[in-house]
Amino acid sequence: MFTEMIPEVGHFALVIALLMAAVQAIMPLAGAATRRPLWMAYGRPMAAGQFLFLLIAYGCLTASYMLDDFSVANVANNSNTMLPWYYKLSAVWGNHEGSVLLWSLMLAGWGFVASIFSRQLPRDMVARVMGVLGAVSVGFLLFVLVTSNPFDRLLPNMPQDGADLNPLLQDFGLVVHPPMLYMGYVGFSVVFAFAIAALLGGRLDAAWTRWARPWTNIAWAFLTVGIALGSWWAYYELGWGGWWFWDPVENASLLPWLTGTALIHSLAVTEKRGSFKSWTVLLAIATFSLSLMGTFLVRSGVLTSVHAFANDPARGFFILMLLAITVTLSLLVFALRAPRVSHKVGFNWLSRDALLLINNILLVIMTVTVLLGTLYPLILDSLGLGKISVGPPYFNALFVPLMAVTSIFMGLGPVARWKRMAAKELYTKLWLAGVVALVLGALIPVFYGPEWNVWVALGMLMALWIVLPILRDIWDKTRNARSFGAGLKKLSLTYWGMVLGHLGVAFTIVGVAVVSHYNIERNVRMGPGDSVEVAGYHFTMTELSSRRGPNFLADTAEIEVQRGENGRQFTMQPEKRLYLATGMPMTQVALRAGFFRDLYVAMGEDLGDGSWAMRIQHKPLVRWLWLGGLLMAAGGLLAVADKRYRRTRVRQQKYASENTGASSSNRASKEALA
Amino acid sequence: MTPKRKQKMFVILGLVSLTAIAVGLTLYALRSNINLFFSPVQIAQGNAPIERTIRAGGMVKEGSVSRDPDSLNVEFKVTDYVDDLDVYYSGILPDLFREGQGVVVVGQLQADGRLRADEVLARHDENYMPPEVAQALEEAGYKPADFQAKAAEVGKRLEAKGVPQASDY
Repeated sequence: MFTEMIPEVGHFALVIALLMAAVQAIMPLAGAATRRPLWMAYGRPMAAGQFLFLLIAYGCLTASYMLDDFSVANVANNSNTMLPWYYKLSAVWGNHEGSVLLWSLMLAGWGFVASIFSRQLPRDMVARVMGVLGAVSVGFLLFVLVTSNPFDRLLPNMPQDGADLNPLLQDFGLVVHPPMLYMGYVGFSVVFAFAIAALLGGRLDAAWTRWARPWTNIAWAFLTVGIALGSWWAYYELGWGGWWFWDPVENASLLPWLTGTALIHSLAVTEKRGSFKSWTVLLAIATFSLSLMGTFLVRSGVLTSVHAFANDPARGFFILMLLAITVTLSLLVFALRAPRVSHKVGFNWLSRDALLLINNILLVIMTVTVLLGTLYPLILDSLGLGKISVGPPYFNALFVPLMAVTSIFMGLGPVARWKRMAAKELYTKLWLAGVVALVLGALIPVFYGPEWNVWVALGMLMALWIVLPILRDIWDKTRNARSFGAGLKKLSLTYWGMVLGHLGVAFTIVGVAVVSHYNIERNVRMGPGDSVEVAGYHFTMTELSSRRGPNFLADTAEIEVQRGENGRQFTMQPEKRLYLATGMPMTQVALRAGFFRDLYVAMGEDLGDGSWAMRIQHKPLVRWLWLGGLLMAAGGLLAVADKRYRRTRVRQQKYASENTGASSSNRASKEALA
Repeated sequence: MTPKRKQKMFVILGLVSLTAIAVGLTLYALRSNINLFFSPVQIAQGNAPIERTIRAGGMVKEGSVSRDPDSLNVEFKVTDYVDDLDVYYSGILPDLFREGQGVVVVGQLQADGRLRADEVLARHDENYMPPEVAQALEEAGYKPADFQAKAAEVGKRLEAKGVPQASDY
């Protein structure tokens, strides 16, 4: 009896969450405007309540999936009795309605966590942050309830069995990729709320940046991992061995990442030097708006891809309106309030400030070019000027040179001083790194890989130019300590975060350069007994067989692989699966992963005479690409753990109890400068 | 000029020149990398450029797929039920490639009117016809009635015998 009511319970919980979000949006903001502490105090409990009820709603939808309740349209369209339980769990967000619900749940979750960790913040600041988050929540919950209710029923004609989850999505990569990506997208809403709250309250000081920085870093780290996972998933699941397609959906996640990266750097300047304030706020607004736009692109059905689950213009229109309202309102607030928080601090053209400014400009240019390439076909189409597509060559032609220029400044930035730096000092610090990078960059491709390649050399040069100056900087910083270890210990976690992040970029650059140019692909016709040699490995097909999985049938090829004449032998088993409920075929790639190379074998198509078209690839250093992403994310998280952010919390609690105003804030600012 | 103004001027000049370079590069890259879409009827009318990368789409014509027995070369016809386009390709066709199904090929039109494909993308569409193709046909003066019924009929027939079922194994 109760189980039949689960979807209704979920639906009601969703409605209650919406009402709570509305209260959370209105009361604290009104309270902050009229200085009423009681009204401001509504923020925290409402955030907690909203999170609780969304958790209930989400739990109910999950329960419907687990119980195979096909009277719920969402379950009927995306699940099946044969689907293994773990994919039922992930199928909840493997479709439009469920994923928007997950989005809202995460938004509420971030709001709840923000309300817990903001106890040391001034009351009006918390109230404004909570209010803005509540307003964003209202928008999304309305979107869920009005256009994409996951609890819609198919009564009285409920189907006997479900239509099954898209086979491409039945995979571990998909279990973790969307939640990570959403955590990133949604996390920027907290940063956005902080920025708007600062504008409204006219409080954009060093303390504000110390509150905003950890949230930015965490959201950015999630987004980085999400993008890396998406790329990894596409690599092994789509069966081509590509890892980035410049697909509009991928671009949609890259755009907020680019502005988010700019934001992290600009926040550093704002915290240390008190400049770039308006710019930082603008970046926070842009990053969140681009997250919303990504959602619009993916969810509206204007794009056709694996990610676009449904074509419903009403949904696209709703998100577009949401985006328009967000952008208009936040820019309006910015226009009205920004002059109040602006603050001029001079700096020399050769200084870390200036280099970070250039970094920001470059990142924004990258964002604009990617945005243009992504939206251009959509704009032309909507104006009726023809159907075009913008392919990878466009993006590569622009992104690669821009990245090369950026890496020049990435080498200079970490060793430069704030405010001003003598050109001579910079030169003494860097000339050796430059020479070594040039020589090694040119030499490495001579000894590594089939032939010398200018692009690989350039990639190596860029990576070395990023890494070597940092090594030099670490050496300089530890030179005067008692021992090398003691010197290392003195470096702050923020610094190590920067080192890891930049190291990650270097890894990714090397991975991209090498795998793009030294990748070997052979498409061959193979039957049992046939053998082929690729990059020094012998691939021999020994057997073709069929097997039955939980919800699919599969043709399996057994491939014996041996390196050289006497090397180690191992077997690889690629499959071609046919999913029964949808009748959709799927390629299951066989991978032999390694730190220096991946072997990649995929079954193409049955050629009829007992042989198959096989795709065999040797991909050197392809893992470095994602390893770099993980390093970047680790760097972002490491910086959050820095004493500086914890200390302010402890200190401010102490001050709150002791109530010693002026002298303490002096000390705090001195420590911040140190 | 005060130093501060001077600095500001440099910022503005720098921004303007960078933007100009960026816009220039972008437009250049866009112009040389746009792939226009053509349907078989447009290609038959001679609207498509030769030896330039274009995208063409339609349905894979029934019974037109022929594989070379010794290599991965394959030839097939793409049709919009008004005109046909000959396509040749060397490589592995996508999982969803099937006769009577929608397909988009990226490649260059040759002087002999055939298309050399670099990439073949299959797409599943419930209306038995990609929307771009339907639109191109309407622009060429055909009415939906001229091709929709035919498309649906072929689609249904292939579907009835097409997708292998569990019982086949």
